[in-house]
Amino acid sequence: MQVNVLGSRANNLMTNGGVELFDWAAQGRLDAFFLGGGQIDGQANINLVGIGDYPQAKIRWPGSFGSAYLYYLVPRVILFREEHTRRVFVEKVDFISTPGTSDPEVYRTGGPYAMVSPICQMGFDKDRRKFHLVSVHPGHTVEEVLDNTGFEIDVPEHVPETILPDRATLDIIRQQISLEIAECYPRFAAKVFPEAMNAA
Amino acid sequence: MTGIVHDSVDSLAALIPDGSKIVVPADYTGIAMELTRAMVRRGVRDLYMVCLPVTGLQGDMLIGAGAVKTIETSAVTLGEFGGAPRFQAAIGDGSLKIKDATCPAIHAGIQAGQKGIPYMPLRGMIGSDVLANRDDWKVAQNPFSDEEDPIVLLPAIRPDFAIIHAKKADRHGNVYIGIRREVMALAGASRQTLVTVEEIVDGNLLRDDATAAGTLPALYVGGVAEAKQGAWPLAFWDEYPADEAHMTAYVAAARSAEGFQSYLDQFVTGGTRAAAAE
Repeated sequence: MQVNVLGSRANNLMTNGGVELFDWAAQGRLDAFFLGGGQIDGQANINLVGIGDYPQAKIRWPGSFGSAYLYYLVPRVILFREEHTRRVFVEKVDFISTPGTSDPEVYRTGGPYAMVSPICQMGFDKDRRKFHLVSVHPGHTVEEVLDNTGFEIDVPEHVPETILPDRATLDIIRQQISLEIAECYPRFAAKVFPEAMNAA
Repeated sequence: MTGIVHDSVDSLAALIPDGSKIVVPADYTGIAMELTRAMVRRGVRDLYMVCLPVTGLQGDMLIGAGAVKTIETSAVTLGEFGGAPRFQAAIGDGSLKIKDATCPAIHAGIQAGQKGIPYMPLRGMIGSDVLANRDDWKVAQNPFSDEEDPIVLLPAIRPDFAIIHAKKADRHGNVYIGIRREVMALAGASRQTLVTVEEIVDGNLLRDDATAAGTLPALYVGGVAEAKQGAWPLAFWDEYPADEAHMTAYVAAARSAEGFQSYLDQFVTGGTRAAAAE
């Protein structure tokens, strides 16, 4: 595994700036992509623009970045958010930076595959346009997920506990990937991997 | 050609008339912050600012200073230092017109400009509110397909000026950009490129293959000026890191209009970088 960081000198296989990343996606060279959202709704629509009426938003976020393109073209987009609340997981987003699903005539080789929050993991059914609960992290419950999710999700009869990453995976993340990320995102790395950053 | 190398960054800033359409790159390409401060000092107004594909401190400062009428961008963010306060304020009070985009759409528009063609087709975007709010973008049927295949068409972007910071330039106006080849698209699409560099060097960067492949030829360049630490307080290539203390101070100051004004007084219009270091 190797981390490829846009803007990095040490960990970057691209020689044509950001545009090359988007070309990779259209060429089918990207397998997976992680995408967060200010709001995420039950149809897997993502809002990265803001809350309130557009364009004069009450709360304005940075913007849609490459989401209105990569979400269509990367086969496995893994949604994530560090906060699992009803203000994040809403019935309907205020602005669709990028839609979770498209009509059949729209060229789309990619889309939502899973969603990870601090309390659970969900999957997404493109045909039904709906999330389903896959597992709940240790120490959390199905009720907690439902209480803090603003849209309806399918819940199977038996919901397993999330399988935690093994030692080897954690070691790669903490000892190798942490350092590769730190070149471009030093403050993030210091916050998430304090031991690795102190050791380095 | 004479006069391509300017004595001062302020002299470069004087080339940019009010109402110009400018394009700036993402932070990793090299941001001409000293030139940006000179633009604020000159009091430039009514800019149409295109960001390839996003902006940060540069955009926030120009917006806060009242220099930008319209911004076309995929995001405005100070990255690890947080949201862009003056951008957020200008959206909130309606004083800034925004044309929200998605990164590859701006790249495509610039590529169309570079090629001198009217538009570029691009996948994605259909069904998004990004597309729904862009009356200058169109959806058309792929003429090569027998089946229904809608695709978005992005009009060519032809800025008056591309504005970048780079490592070095020679006295002919050739600019060393190294691996930042996205600059070729910016420069090709724009009528002229204004460049600040860490140093002006002797010789000719196009004479040696080792530098020529990573050089923006003077043909595209409207003016160059030396600005040591010219991207400060942003990071520049692998030459120097961001000035974290200064960025943190900027974010704190720019939370209010008054704080931003006193920041400008201290670091842009009134004081100098030397004063800032004291």
